[in-house]
Amino acid sequence: MSQVIVYDTPDRSVEDIARDLKSKFPAVDVLKAAPKRLHVQVPRDISFEVCKFMKEGLSFEHCSCVTTVDYIDHFTVVFHISSWTNHILSEVLVDLPRDDPTVDSITPLWGGANWHEREAYDLMGIVFKGHPDLRRIMMPEEFKFHPLRKDFIVGRRV
Amino acid sequence: MSSDEMWINMGPQHPFNHGLWNLRVKLKGETITQAEPIIGYLHRGWEKMVENRTYSQIVPLADRLCYGSSLSWNHLYCLTAEKLYGIEAPDRAKYIRVAVLELQRITSHLTWLMAVGTDLGSYTIMTWSIRERELFLDLLCKLSGARMTYNYCRIGGVRNDYPENYERDVLRVLDEFEKRLRDLESLMDENEPFLMRTVGISKMDGKTAMNLGLTGPIMRASGVDMDLRKLDPYEVYADMKFEVCTHTDGDVYARYRVRMDEMRESMKIVRQALSETPAGPIRVKVPRCPPKGNVVCHVEDPRGESLMYMVSDGSEKPYRLKVRSPNFVNLSASPPMLVGFKISDVPAIMGVMDMCIGETDR
Repeated sequence: MSQVIVYDTPDRSVEDIARDLKSKFPAVDVLKAAPKRLHVQVPRDISFEVCKFMKEGLSFEHCSCVTTVDYIDHFTVVFHISSWTNHILSEVLVDLPRDDPTVDSITPLWGGANWHEREAYDLMGIVFKGHPDLRRIMMPEEFKFHPLRKDFIVGRRV
Repeated sequence: MSSDEMWINMGPQHPFNHGLWNLRVKLKGETITQAEPIIGYLHRGWEKMVENRTYSQIVPLADRLCYGSSLSWNHLYCLTAEKLYGIEAPDRAKYIRVAVLELQRITSHLTWLMAVGTDLGSYTIMTWSIRERELFLDLLCKLSGARMTYNYCRIGGVRNDYPENYERDVLRVLDEFEKRLRDLESLMDENEPFLMRTVGISKMDGKTAMNLGLTGPIMRASGVDMDLRKLDPYEVYADMKFEVCTHTDGDVYARYRVRMDEMRESMKIVRQALSETPAGPIRVKVPRCPPKGNVVCHVEDPRGESLMYMVSDGSEKPYRLKVRSPNFVNLSASPPMLVGFKISDVPAIMGVMDMCIGETDR
């Protein structure tokens, strides 16, 4: 019988963690540090290092979700990463240019991001560098479009 | 691939998989050496569809994400939209929601018990848990007028108040169900073939489960005390007294055990929420268009962490609405659970996952 891992009280405050992140990566922009929430904007070239530091240095142990939003002039990839230890749901925003939608995959860090990234590739056409198996997941293999993009024309009724 | 190995497609139509999905397994003899779940057969383009609907039109659509626990999706959508509008439901609505959500959790777990019973060869458990589930469906039907897709929560509250004598009816059902739950448990726990097929199968430790993104009862069965009702309380869960059910074994039996225990805890919450419901309004008025911005909201679904991320551009329709389905991630973590076990263990391992393709494919 092993021990149950219990997360009753948070170890560190959100402000504390935001300060740590900012001092390690000055390029990171802290948008919001509310109780249980931490929203940061990260440049594309250091997104993997920031995530790695969050996992190993700041005990963010769970990847909740990977979302992509098409803002027409650019894409935004949103990584929702949770820390059960500190009771925080963080939001890491990475902006990508529309003509080169590539970003580093976080699947090597959190295996739970695997299918989320495949879905983002399938429906929005974002390429995750370093993903072990980047294939379509919802649509058939031979499908040629990325339907969640805003320039994908659907019929009169959706 | 050597000559004694072969790939088998278990699906899209197969007696063991509940819903339309395919499990490809590579076998060496009878042992699974590789597994690959394939989904997408039920992809309806939900996230694209809602971009062309107004906020209030999406409420009944959110029901259709999962036919087994439609109320929890319905509620999550309304909660996320409320955050976007910057409003809060009245206190009475919050208590009603908590009570009804827990009734939905019991219903969902009973549906799962029914499926797992048939998968593992006990036909009685199916008929019994369907009979018990009907008690709760009647309650929810009396409340909302529908048996499965309730369309009950609204942005800013709930649709209607409790019907007449509702509290009495609920307590009567709970008292009856408490006795019957013991019967259900003894039907499973004293069943030697069931134990042989579940104890020690598909063990997974907490650290691996965490990395694979597992949440919900499967995660708690691996010895991780993780429940969003405690870690990030929403509605009035912070005031509710209940235990988070955990188990340390991390095998199929532990996952079964955690869900059974959760039904008891849910009954406690229903009783408390019913007795503490304050008087007052049940709904506030909301404007047609929310302000510009984006919100994220996550809740504890019967299957795990479900999350919605909503982006608004200030118009009457959402700009983007992303759904994180707990089952989608749990299913992606199934290959490490399956590898090394026999093909006859597949129904046991996948059965306790509580598959729902509606929310997986969206």
